[in-house]
Amino acid sequence: MSRYPVYVRNLARNFGDRPAIRGVDLEIAAGEFVALIGRSGSGKSTLIRALADLDHDVAGSGTLVVPQNLALVFQDARLLPWKRVLSNVIFGLHGPDAASRGRAALEEVELAARARAWPYELSGGEQQRVALARAIVREPAFLLADEPFGALDALTRIRMHHLMRKISARHRPAVLMVTHDVDEAIELAERVLVLEQGRIIANIEIKLPPDNIHLGDRFAAYRTQLLELLGVEDSRKLRAA
Amino acid sequence: MTFIAPVPPGTDSRTSEEEARPSPSRQRSQRRLSVGKSHPYGLMIGPVLLMVFWSWGARSGFLDPRVLPGPWVAVTTSWQLLQEGRLQANLLISAERALSGLAFGTLAGVAAALITGLSKTGGYLLDGVVQVKRAIPLYAILPFFMLWFGIGESEKIIIIAVAAFMPIYLQMHTSLRNIDRRYVELAESLRVSYRDFLVNVVLPGALPGFLLGLRFASMSCWMALVVVEQVNATAGIGYMINLATSYAQTDVMLVGLVVYAVLGVTSDAIIRTVQKLVLSWQPTLGA
Repeated sequence: MSRYPVYVRNLARNFGDRPAIRGVDLEIAAGEFVALIGRSGSGKSTLIRALADLDHDVAGSGTLVVPQNLALVFQDARLLPWKRVLSNVIFGLHGPDAASRGRAALEEVELAARARAWPYELSGGEQQRVALARAIVREPAFLLADEPFGALDALTRIRMHHLMRKISARHRPAVLMVTHDVDEAIELAERVLVLEQGRIIANIEIKLPPDNIHLGDRFAAYRTQLLELLGVEDSRKLRAA
Repeated sequence: MTFIAPVPPGTDSRTSEEEARPSPSRQRSQRRLSVGKSHPYGLMIGPVLLMVFWSWGARSGFLDPRVLPGPWVAVTTSWQLLQEGRLQANLLISAERALSGLAFGTLAGVAAALITGLSKTGGYLLDGVVQVKRAIPLYAILPFFMLWFGIGESEKIIIIAVAAFMPIYLQMHTSLRNIDRRYVELAESLRVSYRDFLVNVVLPGALPGFLLGLRFASMSCWMALVVVEQVNATAGIGYMINLATSYAQTDVMLVGLVVYAVLGVTSDAIIRTVQKLVLSWQPTLGA
């Protein structure tokens, strides 16, 4: 039907008679990094849950083609507290090589040394890295992330951005990351979607110059454009004027 | 200008200074609102004081030995009963009753909780029955149990098992039903099998509830033991107490009480140790 691993047509989801998603079209190519931003209540979580097939009791319609092999990273790391880090990473995986694959994934998020730790012994950032390892060890064709860095401090977040870029470059899954942080979206994604009242109202290709000289200007332009779509005035722009 | 001389280790240099001029930060200091750190043996203070008072009362004649003999009597009489062989024989029988009752009750409680906790149909069929049964006090069904199961050893074990069943069932059923939604979602998003979900999410999640139930169950167990041994027993600690009551042997009655106390405290300590070992993933119970 489509050459895209993720292909969505006219997707609708309703809670009672209140529509949450109204006719969303979406396709994501393999290896493409797409960010989804929107105000709270715009339907971001509903869309993510629909894509991950977690909305059992929600009424809806539309065409939804997603790879069986998808992984979802939540805002909270959601590690099982009674399992050590490595067991959390390979939860649900079987076979003789599961442990070694888990260790390799932990290596990738630079946490190989904490394989035997309990989740409560890790910092918030470390827990979220374990959650990332749990996602990539499954080699997903589609990586969904629901505000994965929303609960982390600014410095940890920068580290996580590097890690996220590294991972998406190496494994090339189709990525859809929900975020409320416009800067984060511009920085990580090749394409930013803006969701408003259950509809995608903008689809913006992000093309940042490879050199640093004009980066600031272009970044600021994207920022202003996206914030305007979200109905927020850019405070930096006001200051400049 | 004051010069501060190096203070040799172990000396408290603050005391004299603070007396001289109270530091301003002291006045602003916030009253500590939490209970504070507890002393490792602090819990012993109350019982020890009680023992001191009890000993004093018995020694001074304030307490009539026919009403309550002194605490040392428990030791001397125990020794006497041990030499006669009566204490260990009765203790063995009581312990056997309590432990087999606890074992059967635990098995039945876990099985029933799994049925009602994991399956909707099981819950509809069984949970209501258990809740109704729960409302009936153990003492009240005792006559029926005697009618059905006689007054022998099996009736005693069945009653203890029923007493142990309740807390295990209730705690475990509740924790099976209250598995965190977030973990269910996680397991669904990872597409794990139902078996993996059960083994890795549901059962470990219900373990703290089960262990809490086990602690309550061991307590109900000893309680039920007292009840069944008051009625038509020919051996056991309760029988020993009953017999002593008929002959007004307060010292033997006292030994019986002490044995019950030791059994209760010991079994609780054992289960708490198991709890600590098994739940080491919990920061509150861990290191």
